[in-house]
Amino acid sequence: MPEIVKLNVGGAVNAALARALEEMPETLLYGEDVALPGGVFGVTRGLAKRFGDRVFDTPISETAMLGAAVGAATFGRRPIVEIMWIDFSLVAFDQIVNQAANVRYVSAGRSSAPLTIRTQQGNAPGACAQHSQNLEALLLHVPGIRVAMPRTPQDSYDLLLSAVACDDPTVVIENRTLYAGPKDTVEVGGPVRPIGGHRALRSGSDATVVVWGAVTAKVLDAVDRLEADGITVDVLEMVWLNPFDWPAVLDSVGRTGRLLVVHEAARTGGFGAEVIARVAESGVPLRAAPRRVALDDSRIPSAPQLAAALLPQTGDVETALRDLVGSGAS
Amino acid sequence: MKLDDLLALWRIRALEEKIRDLRLEGPIVGSVHLSNGQESVAVGACSQLRPHDAVYATYRGHGWAVARGVPPREIFAELMGRVTGVNAGRGGSAHFSAPQHGFHGENSIVGAGAPIAVGAALAGRHDGTGRIALTVFGDGAMNQGAVTEAMNFAAAFSLGVVFVCENNRYSELTPIDAMVAQPDLSQRATALGIPAVRVDGNDLAQVRTATRLAVESAVAGRGPSFIEAHTQRIVGHYIGDAEQYRPAGELDRDLRLEPIARLTRELLAEGVAAEAVARCEERARSEMDAAAAAALADPLTDPATAKDHLYA
Ligand SMILES: Cc1ncc(C[n+]2csc(CCOP(=O)(O)OP(=O)(O)O)c2C)c(N)n1
Repeated sequence: MPEIVKLNVGGAVNAALARALEEMPETLLYGEDVALPGGVFGVTRGLAKRFGDRVFDTPISETAMLGAAVGAATFGRRPIVEIMWIDFSLVAFDQIVNQAANVRYVSAGRSSAPLTIRTQQGNAPGACAQHSQNLEALLLHVPGIRVAMPRTPQDSYDLLLSAVACDDPTVVIENRTLYAGPKDTVEVGGPVRPIGGHRALRSGSDATVVVWGAVTAKVLDAVDRLEADGITVDVLEMVWLNPFDWPAVLDSVGRTGRLLVVHEAARTGGFGAEVIARVAESGVPLRAAPRRVALDDSRIPSAPQLAAALLPQTGDVETALRDLVGSGAS
Repeated sequence: MKLDDLLALWRIRALEEKIRDLRLEGPIVGSVHLSNGQESVAVGACSQLRPHDAVYATYRGHGWAVARGVPPREIFAELMGRVTGVNAGRGGSAHFSAPQHGFHGENSIVGAGAPIAVGAALAGRHDGTGRIALTVFGDGAMNQGAVTEAMNFAAAFSLGVVFVCENNRYSELTPIDAMVAQPDLSQRATALGIPAVRVDGNDLAQVRTATRLAVESAVAGRGPSFIEAHTQRIVGHYIGDAEQYRPAGELDRDLRLEPIARLTRELLAEGVAAEAVARCEERARSEMDAAAAAALADPLTDPATAKDHLYA
């Protein structure tokens, strides 16, 4: 029975995991420090107690964790594996890219690896260079892997459940700066939303902003500032990056004629480039050249004032939008 | 002599307690991992290295940097994003380096330093310096494939690497016993053909002897060695860790075992004046207070330089 509760992102993830474990006996939940300690962010608290040996701690062996997920998934289990920081997934990229992504394809559909990797990324003040990266583009370059990036408590709940239900290897990228954020109303226990789609967060006619991840909050601040000057913007938050809701983006850009993409990952080779390329290829008429606001192609420094200078800020989005709206035919 | 040792241990303890205060007060932000209770491994091992040998630490590396001679003021400045920091604030607590002091950096990817240390030793064989490398990692890191690969690579080619496993019994919040079936971690090295010893890491003499033999063997071209140093951290994994995983009574026991308490007891039993013993702590604390105050007064690194040093 659907029910409305108040949860922050961490609580929503916990509720989704509990429901998956409850309703799908084939799920397994494991990772470093997830069981007895309840996760370094407290997100998996209480689950080991409730679900016994289907929830367990692992050695610090990411390759074995993800390889075991591929193996167990091909035998009917539904592993949900936590990779504590997305940066650590790199030590086990073979299992994601060469192994998990290939199971269904090379077996011509005779086998599959329906596993879910839950991880988080993003920058927090004072984080080190190996705990700050936004790496979604690496995964999006690999056909065969589904990728979701929730931000709100409701999406964190819904996307995780649809990821677990999905028959493909799926990576859900959360953001640690949001786990302990404010509580919001979340509908739990309802039907699982199908994968894909987007969230329309603002609507307007002067430009389209396509955004994903924690930086969305800054985009909304910037858009609200513009509204005071009568500039209105369509804001499309992409909660699934693969599958990506291309029709929604093309439809919006078709109406506004202007496109800004904002992401926290590095600009060069980022997924923003793909969005702009597809829009260009589609032939949608544009009133101005599309723009990107992204990490200013750099490693990420620890000192907060240095990181802030490189990462997209509200002011950067505002400036980009004003330039965009001010340029081209109106 | 032993008073010098006590001072060396206290320098690390005082540095890290000051870092903790600054983290709680605000000038240091982000995740910080302290090595309180493990100081003797760093002090003992680094005492046996030559200036041009290369040390590779983990995110719990402040003590190793101090033992290598990195100036505390530059460490404080680094953690506070000051332009005078060893890396001008780019590295931060978990990732700073000072190659000019033979400290080739912390690493916050578990186990990743081990293969890099192998490369430093490989270079030492080819560049005529005879440089050897020491890499330190935790018990939990033994479960990372990179460490086993590094050990085998070094063994196969007789490279001069000292692998130091600081076994503090925990990987973050999980006890190592729950994560391995064979608690004698040194056996993995033995199985790869690497001479391995287990030592009481709280005993400076044992750490020194084991490292001296390992360094001699590496310098003589006889290849890698493995030292499993049993120790304990008497603080959380990070600042703010509630440490709910610690069984009752464990910390009390560890506080008796830890190296500063141990050496203090030894010195007093040997008849060294209590005053002389106490002076080590006072001196270390006042040095660190001064270093931190100086660093705090230094300017923050200019954000306009944030992209410097990306490329040659
Ligand atoms: C590849 C990788 N996986 C996971 C982590 C998260 N993590 C950071 S410290 C740590 C525990 C390491 O334990 P151990 O090696 O025993 O070292 P200690 O912290 O006890 O010094 C873990 C799992 C990481 N930094 N890198």
